[in-house]
Amino acid sequence: MTEKQIYERLESVFTDIFDEEIKLSAETTAEDVEDWDSLTHISLISAVEAEFGVRFKMKEVSAMKNVGEMVAIISERA
Amino acid sequence: MFDFAYPLNSNDILKNKKKYKKALLADGSHRVKKNIAILGGSTVDHIKDILELFLLDNGIEPCFYQSEYGMYWEDAMFGNPELDGFSPDLVYIHTTARNLEPYFPSIADSAEKCAEKLNSAKEHFSVMWQALGKKFSCPVIQNNFELPHYRLLGNLDGADIHGATYFVRKMNDFVAEYAVSNQYFYLNDVNFVSSCYGIDKWSDLSSWYMFKYAMCLDAIPDFAFNLANIIKSIYGKSKKALVLDMDNTLWGGIVGDDGVEGLELGNETPVAQGYTEFQKYVKKHRDMGIMLTISSKNDYENAIAGLKHPDSVLSPDDFLNIKANWEPKHLNIASIAKELNIMADSLVFVDDNPAERAIVKDSLPCAVPEIDSVENYIRILDRNGYFEAISISEDDIKRNEMYKANAAREKELSAFEDYGDYLVSLDMHAEIDAFSPVYIQRIAQLTNKSNQFNLTTRRYSSQEISAAMENNAYITLYGKLTDKFGDNGVVSVVLGETEEDKLHIKLWLMSCRVLKRDMEYAMLDTLVEKCRIQGIKTIYGYYYPTAKNNMVRHLYKDFGFELLSEDETGNTVWSLQTETYEKKNRYIKVN
Repeated sequence: MTEKQIYERLESVFTDIFDEEIKLSAETTAEDVEDWDSLTHISLISAVEAEFGVRFKMKEVSAMKNVGEMVAIISERA
Repeated sequence: MFDFAYPLNSNDILKNKKKYKKALLADGSHRVKKNIAILGGSTVDHIKDILELFLLDNGIEPCFYQSEYGMYWEDAMFGNPELDGFSPDLVYIHTTARNLEPYFPSIADSAEKCAEKLNSAKEHFSVMWQALGKKFSCPVIQNNFELPHYRLLGNLDGADIHGATYFVRKMNDFVAEYAVSNQYFYLNDVNFVSSCYGIDKWSDLSSWYMFKYAMCLDAIPDFAFNLANIIKSIYGKSKKALVLDMDNTLWGGIVGDDGVEGLELGNETPVAQGYTEFQKYVKKHRDMGIMLTISSKNDYENAIAGLKHPDSVLSPDDFLNIKANWEPKHLNIASIAKELNIMADSLVFVDDNPAERAIVKDSLPCAVPEIDSVENYIRILDRNGYFEAISISEDDIKRNEMYKANAAREKELSAFEDYGDYLVSLDMHAEIDAFSPVYIQRIAQLTNKSNQFNLTTRRYSSQEISAAMENNAYITLYGKLTDKFGDNGVVSVVLGETEEDKLHIKLWLMSCRVLKRDMEYAMLDTLVEKCRIQGIKTIYGYYYPTAKNNMVRHLYKDFGFELLSEDETGNTVWSLQTETYEKKNRYIKVN
């Protein structure tokens, strides 16, 4: 899977969760999306795990600073 | 309607919950509004969101109160202005084995100490349940507990008084005992749901450490689905009848082609065993008052012959209605609903043929489970919880007999030329009186289930019915009807509120199984009589139209009431002077 493909699939997951068109870059953080609160974060983690068939470790979830770091973990494991 | 059904697609539901909610709210369907207070012992947010979807999909629009994190006990015991102001229609207590941890014994504890800890846990919950009962007099749903995620003592953990597994099982017995002995208290069987899901996956510790969810996120749809079934049942949304296909649904093979002797049924083959056990499962539904019917593309003679197979558990007599013909199934099913006097949305259609399922699903609002293959029929029907019962009333158990009697009445009717002669021949006796404690449950059930012959469609809980019974400002009536074919049980309810010399009718309903029997006249006669005794001069009747109660649009007119007003939505107000009223019932002997 190329990085581009990962971003496309991630954008589609984010778009479903927020129920609005979301564009992502490596620098995107929760600050950049209006409804991205702690509860939505839970939904996101679980939906991304399901989409790519990966499980994030707890310390990875806590350490993730932006979408780029999430993509890095996915590309390593999926 | 999305028809969320078992097996649920958890990922899809969790991911698209926002979209689903929006679509459900925009579909224009009519829903009853209910205030639901969730008192949580851990995080509840996603549970609330998914529960909301399942309720919206079943005609209930919830408005939620949510306790602060973990504050279930404080809220229940001491209340708070927000919760009190919310005045819940239902309280749901979301506690899990995590909330029992402070009470678990340690290995060094003496036997007395262990017993003491178990008792304090029981008391922690029971004082809260009692406080809620006093404060809100509304239904309360309480989780029982999932098994702990580790067994310190291995298998002994379930047997020894120090074991957490032992402790949880004792607590679960305690919750169950409280639930069966307290009418408005319902058990949410988390222990069962978590077992089905698998306790290792359920108790995903990262969900607990990171989000304080006592179950993994993916389990929440299954959990909320089971919870929604209880709420649906409390508000009368459970299904009432099964419509079954025959070939490859009730037996293996096609009776018209393979002949009765060629059917797979009995104990000879694995497939035959599957169909036999499924028939037993179906038959048990009859025993609990679920109406059994058939819609099968078959010659009628062949259908009956199949049911007379020596190994058939079900017999033709078990069915209230058998439509075996070559007409499209959705037409047959619509007539079954009509003939049983129930709405099509209270039917569950079971057919192995995906094409038939698709047509029925498209044309009727009945539930159509994807039953897959015979070894999965039972599980798929069962987990969908279509027939979730909050209690088993005598009326439920007798329902099939009652409908059988109705069929006999109809047969008799065709022998009479004059309808009045027919009514006389029924030899009807009614018991009409003020609400009494033995009937409270049935009366509340009727207020929640009756949609068609219901002038105001107000829903009442058992507590509200009991409160009305004890309040002198109300005139209450229930009506029971018996005839030569059998006892119909309590079939009509009237509730009016007095105001000096006036009575306002808040509720007037009747079960459709006694339509056109003069029962409504008998009720009115008694009501007027009671009013006269109390010095009431004018009775006011109200009709509020819904999608389902058109049949009683003209009831008050027919009763001789005078129309006072009508608004743009079709709500009408009527009045009747008690002094000049003349009795209308001619065929029923009352009391």
